[in-house]
Amino acid sequence: MIKVISTPIKDEDLENLNVGDVVYLTGQLVTCRDVAHRRLIELKRELPVDLRGGAIFHAGPIVRKKDDGEFEMVSIGPTTSMRMEKFEKEFIEQTGVKMIIGKGGMGPETTTGCLENKAVHAVFPGGCAVLAATKVEEIERAEWQDLGMPETLWVNRVREFGPLIISIDTKGNNLFEQNKVRFNERKGAVIEKINSQVRFIK
Amino acid sequence: MDNQAAVESLTDVLGKFTAYIGKRLPTDVKKKTEKLRAAETNPLAIAVYDSMAENQDYADKLDRPSCQDTGVIQYFISAGSRFPLLGELEGILENATLDATRLGPLRHNAVETFDEKNTGTNTGSKIPWLDWEIIPDADHAIIDVYMAGGGCTLPGSAKVLMPGQGYEGVTEFVFDVITSRGVNACPPLLVGVGVSTSVETAARLSKRAILRPVDSSHPNENAAMMETLLEEGLNEIGIGPQGLTGNSSVMGVNIESSARHPSTIGVAVSTGCWAHRRGKIRINADLSYDILSHEGVVL
Repeated sequence: MIKVISTPIKDEDLENLNVGDVVYLTGQLVTCRDVAHRRLIELKRELPVDLRGGAIFHAGPIVRKKDDGEFEMVSIGPTTSMRMEKFEKEFIEQTGVKMIIGKGGMGPETTTGCLENKAVHAVFPGGCAVLAATKVEEIERAEWQDLGMPETLWVNRVREFGPLIISIDTKGNNLFEQNKVRFNERKGAVIEKINSQVRFIK
Repeated sequence: MDNQAAVESLTDVLGKFTAYIGKRLPTDVKKKTEKLRAAETNPLAIAVYDSMAENQDYADKLDRPSCQDTGVIQYFISAGSRFPLLGELEGILENATLDATRLGPLRHNAVETFDEKNTGTNTGSKIPWLDWEIIPDADHAIIDVYMAGGGCTLPGSAKVLMPGQGYEGVTEFVFDVITSRGVNACPPLLVGVGVSTSVETAARLSKRAILRPVDSSHPNENAAMMETLLEEGLNEIGIGPQGLTGNSSVMGVNIESSARHPSTIGVAVSTGCWAHRRGKIRINADLSYDILSHEGVVL
């Protein structure tokens, strides 16, 4: 049995989720990456999409315009979420977005933003872009097309979009930060072992 | 074939090949990820490997780019000095990129710097990026096509060490890059390390290193040993697919090197993601071709 979360997302949908849990999303999912974040936070421009209770996807898809003028989602995997760390806390506060989907971890600012506003960050497996495209039922709208294909806000209707691995929960836990502590604990001994064998300068 | 027809024929082949490599992984990479999946014991990591395999099946079946980030297109050319279309090759590769962008379709990934406008064609100033080597007295060309995606390009780093830091400093540099920014670059990664004299020479070699097959070895015994030590050591860290922890961290570590100034050790790291989209094609003087990176290709 898979756990499905639907938009609009309510606080109680997220409160029991823990880092490492796997969920799927049904409803509206809006792509939103570098320049859209900068426009809202630094340039104070209003987003053309209402994200209250919504979900964003750090992604820049390949979209094909069909002969009838409709858009077709070809390939849509996540991009590196850490690039949006600089803006995300304020982005969550201003937009009321509840779920941020991307790739890799995010930092302490986003963790605080998720804790204070009851939001989560989740990872969709990077590189699995055709798998993701098969979960997009329709592209409903395309906003800020002046930004070009990767940066346009593509408003998608998705069904059981996932697997989504919760990497930041609403309680202040951050899976990637926990993992990094583990990697760094192991690193010293491993480096020492290698370095005893690579003293080629004698 | 007259010159015009020859140019058109080669542009057609290279355009199709460039689009092709965005859809199917090279044989060595495919085999390696299957091997890592078989050795994995962490359930979350296994689920991610299964999503990866499912994705590649869909990409194949639907004939679509397997990852949406089809990168900045880079061509690494080793051209014989007597290759018949040597002077035309730059123009051919630019047109091949335009063709591939339409055929893929590829994402538009060339943003003109300072103007900060996406050209919408995957071509722009010095893009596609070309890297040249001349093979003396040969009449064929070998071209490596690489889709330099954003995620796997971000960890790239280079610096110049002092000799006192030695190869120990190289180890530390590699581990620092991979355990920090490498985690977000879609592991298991292919790690390319350049050990050389300055930043740009090391950086170029580190990129050439990830064009080598995953399980290949440096011809020098010490360098080959260091490749193995770094690979085993990084795997002990257990970064796992997508950085979610697991039994491995990397597909492999390849080192490329040059001689160095006695006062410097230039070191650089380039990374390839698990969806390492590169292809190697040999073009013969009569413009017949052999695809060396992928088995069973029909363009």
